[in-house]
Amino acid sequence: MTNEPNAPKVHVEHDEAGTTVDHDSHESAYSGLLVNDAHWAFGTDFEDPLAGVDTTVPEGVDPAALAAYCLMLGDDALVFSQRISEWCSNAPDLEEDIALANISLDLLGQARLLLARAAAADPSLVPELPASSPVPDEDRLAYFRDDMAFRNVRLAEVPNGDFAEAVAKILIYSTWRLAIFERLTDSRDSVLAAIAAKGVKEMSYHRDFSARWVLTLARGTEESRARLLTALSGLWPLWAELFETHPTEAVVAAAGIGVDPAAVEDEAGVILDQVFAAAGIDRPDRGALAGVRGKKGRDGLHTEALSRMLAEMQVVARAHPEGQW
Amino acid sequence: MTTEAQLEAQFADTIEAKDRIEPRDWMPEAYRKTLIRQVAQHAHSEIIGMQPEGNWITRAPSLRRKAILLAKVQDEAGHGLYLYSAAETLGASRNELTEKLIAGKQKYSSIFNYPTLSYTDVGTIGWLVDGAAICNQVPLCRTSFGPYGRAMIRVCKEESFHQRQGYELLMTMMRGTDEQREMVQESVNRFWWPALMMFGPPDDDSPNTAQSMEWGIKTHTNDELRQKFVDMSIPQAEALGVTFPDENLKWNEERGHYDFSTPDWDEFWSVVKGNGPCNDQRIAHRKRAWDEGAWVREAALAFAEQSAEAAAPAQTGSAPGQTGSSPATTTEETAK
Repeated sequence: MTNEPNAPKVHVEHDEAGTTVDHDSHESAYSGLLVNDAHWAFGTDFEDPLAGVDTTVPEGVDPAALAAYCLMLGDDALVFSQRISEWCSNAPDLEEDIALANISLDLLGQARLLLARAAAADPSLVPELPASSPVPDEDRLAYFRDDMAFRNVRLAEVPNGDFAEAVAKILIYSTWRLAIFERLTDSRDSVLAAIAAKGVKEMSYHRDFSARWVLTLARGTEESRARLLTALSGLWPLWAELFETHPTEAVVAAAGIGVDPAAVEDEAGVILDQVFAAAGIDRPDRGALAGVRGKKGRDGLHTEALSRMLAEMQVVARAHPEGQW
Repeated sequence: MTTEAQLEAQFADTIEAKDRIEPRDWMPEAYRKTLIRQVAQHAHSEIIGMQPEGNWITRAPSLRRKAILLAKVQDEAGHGLYLYSAAETLGASRNELTEKLIAGKQKYSSIFNYPTLSYTDVGTIGWLVDGAAICNQVPLCRTSFGPYGRAMIRVCKEESFHQRQGYELLMTMMRGTDEQREMVQESVNRFWWPALMMFGPPDDDSPNTAQSMEWGIKTHTNDELRQKFVDMSIPQAEALGVTFPDENLKWNEERGHYDFSTPDWDEFWSVVKGNGPCNDQRIAHRKRAWDEGAWVREAALAFAEQSAEAAAPAQTGSAPGQTGSSPATTTEETAK
């Protein structure tokens, strides 16, 4: 890419002592702004997140089930990413602001791929827009579905609390999701396997970051410990839902393309208990949050917080269904 | 024994030769104070500057744009980090500077006291505000103080990336619907004059410029940079298909530059003095985040101290994200 005549030119050359700075190269802040190169800006160099990927659905798999499953995983990532992004410019210090933005960005990237995979597997899932609308499928799924069409677990959507709540929630989510992704790397759907392989690296960092903070807060001051315990107690009712097997998950697990979350409950629990042991805290003694007639997040039955969150997230996109962004 | 006069002569020689002054070099106290003030203002601007664009992260209208915007605002936090680190080499800690910011004792760029009223502002800020910032900052890459200049090299690289992203967003929107094109023009109309004001007051009303130029902290005057920015922006606007809200904007063959109207300096001073649309809001936001994070920073310090004790005498403990900035020799900073 750097050898192309139109490649972005970095106008800075210097050594560490600053003695060989090429002064003139700094002069034009605008050089290259009008150059017609498509490759310069992160995230803007491709339109289709699955460009070049073979999205054929493997044999013996119901495409609708694969799509529904991708939607579940994608909605988890999208909704949780949105919540974490609310921390931007609000974290306790700059390092944490940057780390939380990283985590949010990783999840957003996962969401984009998973929603694109869902749309490719079953185009009938994708909300219809006017024929002239340029909105890509993954954005239609993110921005033009109502809350009851979202399939995320409720842990992902609950409103943010303090920093202890943030790291406790990330620890729970990443411990659960990492155990699933590690198995999902063997999926018969090569797209899903690739998304999981990428996600494993990311989620390992999220788990490490949050576990270290849980340890720090547990052992830091009386106040930090008390806040952490309050946060964990508030989140614990959402733990059980993570390991309940939805019929769709049973179908894709049986077909060798998905993971039954019940299969990772023990492993995830052991890892979490290790962190708790190091932190000197116990699992909260709280019952599981009930659904409504048994329906929960995976069924599209959410907390009151989700529709409010989506109203904010979707407002600009919905005002411009034929807009180009 | 080196006398004060010899030190001053060496300092002057270094500046004259356009070499860098490094943290351990002798420097006049006034130079140190001026630099702390400027670097701190710059760092604060990056951190306060997260807010106007951050205002649209949760509403960005596509997943790709959401990622671009979040990554950009995250970069600004990173710029703040580099710059606070540069200030630390002058003996001013991040905590101390942050406290001064939220107490209103140090300033940040006034542009961030304007509101972001439409998602389009993300693009306009990238194009015009980051563009103006680059014009201001590019010369600082060879400012006389080494750590500041080197931090600016990294900052400028990323800023020009942001600027191109902003411009690209506007370009894309101009290819969209009529409504989107109107949004772009509306946003440009709001940000053009505040962007021109980013270069500071006119030269005859800028008391610090002469000394700063002599010390090599500043390398161009405010009016020079403003003219350069106007000249560069016009072809950009034409390519984009928008106009700037100034009927006097026209090419002056004789000067070889574009003529333009005088910015509303009354508004500028009013915003600088604290009456801008968002001054209170920006500081209150930063203060809230800082105050609400105090218990976390205390916990991290306490945890690091325990770990250090446990590992005594070797000092190995370190909590995640612990800033570790100790207020060394504190240079009292009162200038505004």
